[in-house]
Amino acid sequence: MRESVLFLIIAALFIAMSFASEHFLTWANMRAWLLSFSTEGIVVVGMTLLIIVGGIDLSVGATMCLAMVVAGALFLGGMDPWSASLLGIAATSLVGALIGFCVTRIGLSYFITTLAFFGIVRGVCFIITQGTPLSLFSLPAEFKFIGQGAIFDIPVVILIFFLVVAIADFLLRNAVILRKVIYVGSNENAANYSGINVKKIRLWTTILCASLAGLAGIIFMSRLGVATPSFGLGSELNIIAATVIGGASLTGGKGSILGATLGIALLSLVTSSMILLDISIFWQDTIRGLILLLAVAVDHLANKHR
Amino acid sequence: MFEASSLLQIKNISKSFGPVKPLIDASFDLRAGEIHALAGSNGAGKSTLMNIISGVHKHNSGDIYLCGKPIELKSPQDAIQRGIAHVHQEIVLCPDVSVAENVLMTQINSDYSFFINYSKLKKKALQTLRLITDISPETITGELSISKQQLVEICRALAMDCSILILDEPTAALTQKETLALFKVLRHLRDQGMAIIYVSHRMSEIVDLCDRITFLRDGQTVSTDNVVDLTSNEIVYKLIGRKIEAIYPGKSQSYSEDILLRIEGLCSEKKVQNVSFELKRGEILGLTGLVGSGRSELLQAICGLGPRTGGAVHLSEGQAFRPKDYAEAIAAGMVCLPESRKTSGVFPGLSILSNISSMNLSQVSRAYHFIDKHKERDQASALGERLRVKSAGLKQNVVELSGGNQQKVAIARVLSVNPDILLLDEPTRGVDISAKSEIHHLLRDLADSGVGVLVVSSELDEVVGLCDRVMVMFEGQKTGILSGRDVTEDNIVKLASGITIKDVH
Repeated sequence: MRESVLFLIIAALFIAMSFASEHFLTWANMRAWLLSFSTEGIVVVGMTLLIIVGGIDLSVGATMCLAMVVAGALFLGGMDPWSASLLGIAATSLVGALIGFCVTRIGLSYFITTLAFFGIVRGVCFIITQGTPLSLFSLPAEFKFIGQGAIFDIPVVILIFFLVVAIADFLLRNAVILRKVIYVGSNENAANYSGINVKKIRLWTTILCASLAGLAGIIFMSRLGVATPSFGLGSELNIIAATVIGGASLTGGKGSILGATLGIALLSLVTSSMILLDISIFWQDTIRGLILLLAVAVDHLANKHR
Repeated sequence: MFEASSLLQIKNISKSFGPVKPLIDASFDLRAGEIHALAGSNGAGKSTLMNIISGVHKHNSGDIYLCGKPIELKSPQDAIQRGIAHVHQEIVLCPDVSVAENVLMTQINSDYSFFINYSKLKKKALQTLRLITDISPETITGELSISKQQLVEICRALAMDCSILILDEPTAALTQKETLALFKVLRHLRDQGMAIIYVSHRMSEIVDLCDRITFLRDGQTVSTDNVVDLTSNEIVYKLIGRKIEAIYPGKSQSYSEDILLRIEGLCSEKKVQNVSFELKRGEILGLTGLVGSGRSELLQAICGLGPRTGGAVHLSEGQAFRPKDYAEAIAAGMVCLPESRKTSGVFPGLSILSNISSMNLSQVSRAYHFIDKHKERDQASALGERLRVKSAGLKQNVVELSGGNQQKVAIARVLSVNPDILLLDEPTRGVDISAKSEIHHLLRDLADSGVGVLVVSSELDEVVGLCDRVMVMFEGQKTGILSGRDVTEDNIVKLASGITIKDVH
């Protein structure tokens, strides 16, 4: 339902834009559009699962940056880029595990815990880089292929993103383990009374979300050839907004991978349309906020009258 | 047109929410100085009618007369100003402020002074509280037990100085003693001229307390009668529109001596102290006692949901059973139905299908832990039929079902794993009489097929009618086990108040 509505909105924007600008329906523009949200889109998948389980992670922007910075620093220190990337992702899994520990073992809320990690992780990025971007132009071509290469003119990044979305969407509909994620988010007590290990499910979903942010960070590193300590600032808002626009409920138990994907596609389409229409870039955040507000308001009113 | 003695008159009221029509042409009249029972199955329209009287919902057609004058209730505030107070079944109090502030919330709201006069507030709250309870007005509300919070809720309505008081299942969480105290106050208020609308699923309370009774069925009023004129069979007939052969199924003729579960000296922190008992194959063992006597905690300690600080649990094979979590208990054939349907019983927002399969997903999955939608559907439709769940289809969202059907889904969930030992905490609370009877017969069938059933219940009527043996707890300890002819309300009440009579095995 939600997915069809988003799809129709995107289709309508497509038709309107193809009349408004002759550059819109070109493969170059389509490719640029898809590329613009594919990497962040990987994090959207993790965030959707985390929101379904009843959590949220405000630190994903910083976590993305952490993977990039750790891998970049290790590479500059002489490690091969693949091992460096794995360790970068491992660092983000550790962040996820720490957040999960604070939430499930100590009993803190996701909101406050990840707000704290938002600062902690970002700080670590600045400490590692000493505040200056790490230049990684010496990355080998095979590694750059991930972020910059293309197969049949389709960027590898887009292919990775579609693969992640397809697998996650399939698993959320069919796999036992992700069904448990839905149960925990829908009613923690009832899940407990079904013999589901609520803490374990929460912990692993949190680790998964952070690790997917790590993967996105590595892809960005390969794409940009640089590791900037301020990278990903504000990303979390875009990612959470896409998830909610896609139909996820912040009270848990409800959400759609496909919906969230269409959500980030829509946000990105609006931005690129504004650029094509020559609307000042300063309007971007305002428009994005308004779309989020509209989506949530429509949802709320629709539920109220049912 | 207008009857002289009527305080409130509802004439031909209809109300619809989209395609759903909870009230069709319902009429009701309430006199000053009476306690008037409003009876009907779940979904008969009681809640809607009460909500219209208290200004929560607006009706689509029909008229309301207060003291003979037609009125229009614009909001709950409007109803309160006209002297109509509504005590909801769910507790709606602010848990973080004192009891006094909760009791007098309406007055604080309508008071025009800038500062709150706490000493005056406390004194005023104390006057109302002392009518039915000894709760201190300074206590933080959230620290009270559920039964005490329910009393605070009632006091809040009493403090409004109302002329019409609506009580929706006020005794659901109360102890016997608190219930009797409440009844005394209600009779006193009635004698002073207050009109009270009383809703309860407990037939004995209605017979005990109420003067007149109005029956609602499928959104329509069936009749209004004097309670003394009706036999209990007539009441049941008017409630559900057909005769129930026997409200309770027959007792077990001869349950086996095969012991499914043996508990020895079980302790759970301070809540359960040194409790021992046996559950036999094919019996329904009742477990009762006041709220807070450790009944739920005992169940939880047995099946790994709560802490166990001492004692042992043995399954039929004889070896000690100490599950590290509840999943292990489920694997061993022991399941527990939680007490509160709303907070622990069902997964809101999910379908009947996913609710039923949640207990053991490996039963409905293929290789590599993928869910087999066909198996899931087959399982749910088989259990749904067995429990007679009324729904628009298995994909329907569980919260759209009536309370009784939600409870059936919760029971279907625990039955999905084919348990040998069934621990049920208040399985029929808030369930209407026909669903209740169906659940009772189901439990008896299960026992007859060899399951050991342990039922925790606060309803004496149910415990006496349903159970083969009854264990009673008081302040965390077992005070006795009754069986056969000794299973009487009298004996249970004695044991539940801590008076030990000789154990009758």
